Amino acid sequence: MSALVIRDLHKRFGSVGVLKGINLDIDDGDFTVLVGPSGCGKSTLLNIIAGLETASSGEIVIDGKVVNTIAPKDRDIAMVFQTYALYPSMTVRQNITFGMECRNVPKPQREEAVARVARLLQIEPLLGRKPAQLSGGQRQRVAMGRALVRDPKLFLFDEPLSNLDAKLRVEMRMEIKQLHARIGATIVYVTHDQIEAMTMATRIAVMHQGEVQQFADPETIYNRPANVFVARFMGAPPMNTVPARIASGQVVVGDVRLPAPPAAAGWEGREVILGIRPECIAEPTRQFGEAGTPGIRIMAPVELTEPTGAETIVVLRMGGEKVLGRVAPDIRLTVGATAAFAIDARKICLFDPQTERLIA
Amino acid sequence: MAGLRRVPEFLVIWVPLLIASGQIVVFTAWTTWLSFTPSTLMPTDGFVGLRNYTSVLATRNWKIAFDNLLIFGSGFVVLTMLTGLVLAVLIDQRIRGENVLRSIFLYPLAVSFVVTGTVWSWLLNPGMGIQKLVNDLGWSGFRFDWLVDRDMAIWTIVVAGIWQSSGFAMALFLAGLRSVEADLIKAAQIDGAGPWRLYTRVILPTLWPIMIAVLVILLQTAIRTFDLVRALTGGGPGIATQLPSLVVYDFMFQRGQLGRGAAAAVLLLLTLLAVLLPYAIWKRVQARRAANA
Ligand SMILES: Nc1ncnc2c1ncn2[C@@H]1O[C@H](COP(=O)(O)OP(=O)(O)OP(=O)(O)O)[C@@H](O)[C@H]1O
Ligand SMILES: [Mg+2]
Repeated sequence: MSALVIRDLHKRFGSVGVLKGINLDIDDGDFTVLVGPSGCGKSTLLNIIAGLETASSGEIVIDGKVVNTIAPKDRDIAMVFQTYALYPSMTVRQNITFGMECRNVPKPQREEAVARVARLLQIEPLLGRKPAQLSGGQRQRVAMGRALVRDPKLFLFDEPLSNLDAKLRVEMRMEIKQLHARIGATIVYVTHDQIEAMTMATRIAVMHQGEVQQFADPETIYNRPANVFVARFMGAPPMNTVPARIASGQVVVGDVRLPAPPAAAGWEGREVILGIRPECIAEPTRQFGEAGTPGIRIMAPVELTEPTGAETIVVLRMGGEKVLGRVAPDIRLTVGATAAFAIDARKICLFDPQTERLIA
Repeated sequence: MAGLRRVPEFLVIWVPLLIASGQIVVFTAWTTWLSFTPSTLMPTDGFVGLRNYTSVLATRNWKIAFDNLLIFGSGFVVLTMLTGLVLAVLIDQRIRGENVLRSIFLYPLAVSFVVTGTVWSWLLNPGMGIQKLVNDLGWSGFRFDWLVDRDMAIWTIVVAGIWQSSGFAMALFLAGLRSVEADLIKAAQIDGAGPWRLYTRVILPTLWPIMIAVLVILLQTAIRTFDLVRALTGGGPGIATQLPSLVVYDFMFQRGQLGRGAAAAVLLLLTLLAVLLPYAIWKRVQARRAANA
């Protein structure tokens, strides 16, 4: 059963089209992450789902019911905002119970609900405080509490972690993920951080310029990106995309030849774009996959190295094209010299240079 | 060159400021001194202790003026704030007729109290204003003569004062309303707050620092009110709309009792301080709390 269906949704502000035909089908219990660069329409989409903005055309179906004309409060949703949007004049307790107060829930029931949520989020000692007396992380928790207390059909999160420092962000990321596993809620989560998307989502919708570029599980998004935009947006450092040619069943980049996947057969003799993840270019002794296959050995000049501690990012010229590779940190590479690398060709992607869509 | 440019700036800013503050200090001190002398038409030396104060406080004139100040002050401040708030909320809701409201209530900000007073004295004059208009339209029994009614005359001043000042309150409140974070309103919508709850529980509570500032400004406007009454009722009928500031003027320039006039002026100053000092202290405490947080 779909918890949320979006059908052919368009949104225009004046003459500017912000959403151009969004279609999504989100299952019960899914953790869906909407990810995309700034200004691509993620918040607008979320606001339309919540009923805070109206769609120009198209349908929103929550739990089998078209909700286009239904007020936000009657859509059975809860939302967590980037700015947390805690009511400054109310205590934490009042913030959490305000929704129930508006719905005339009897007091004992409210108290019980606050107690449950406070325990879940470990904010019991904060209940009497005002938002101004809380740290960023605590505010974030209270904002989550306000959403959780409702037990709605659908949770909407708009970049809830982007105002936290890096360490807290990682912690809260884990916590939200665990929370989802525990309560099994359906969540739509907006972020422009692709690591958040990869780590938390059960399904990812990559958006760009008001369109969904790909809607799939994280593994598919990462390994089989639908187009060049998705390939380059997801993953850090991003996927290398270089011009190549298919010749006698091989992908040719300058003097480098890699075995072409079978689906590239129809492209014999034509130009393509080769996509290869940086982790598929490694030191020559590396063995790839469970079977421990050795890679294809190439020689390439080293242009730059960036040690990160856990590994070294290296900029090299593969068949004349500039690409990024990731080698073990103890490998010594001399900038300007030519070194040997191993390439894992099992997971390369090929894109149509005209449409930029995935071929194989 | 740079030196030449600096001299005029210094002259333009500091000299007038020094002269102005010097005047305030000197005349306040001088008035205070006068209030302890037996001065009548001309300032004279001598010390009479609190005699001027006791005699001013004993006059019927002062008692009525002070009672009037209480009525006028509370009526004016409370109703002006309410009017300003309602107007601000209406305009914030982008109702139709926003521009009409704006000009009705912002226009008086540009004119002085004397003009307001004069205009309202015409409007309220039974022989030429609203009453005459309604009578001429056919309702010959209609009476609207607050201006010449001893008990109601003070309320004409309240009404004129509200019209004069609620635009100012509205402008400040509207600025406050418009600066409420958009997400806060979205959150309240999702929580299911209706318009009444949205304003009373979420939006207006964020406005109270502005409310206190407006309250203090209106209070001190009320205490200082002189020109409005002067132009609208002249303190009459009789002394029914007398205010302390008029009493000061009356003692000093009508009756030639400088010492008593000065004593009344000092009493007025003390009333002002009773409003402004707590506010200044409160601001100080707020600032310190903000610095500590
Ligand atoms: N009320 C509005 N009127 C006009 N244009 C708007 C309005 N709200 C948003 N837009 C435009 O719609 C586009 C999408 O905005 P939106 O806030 O949905 O982006 P976003 O993907 O959430 O970006 P970010 O990651 O920066 O939050 C932007 O180009 C923005 O300028
Ligand atoms: Mg956004």
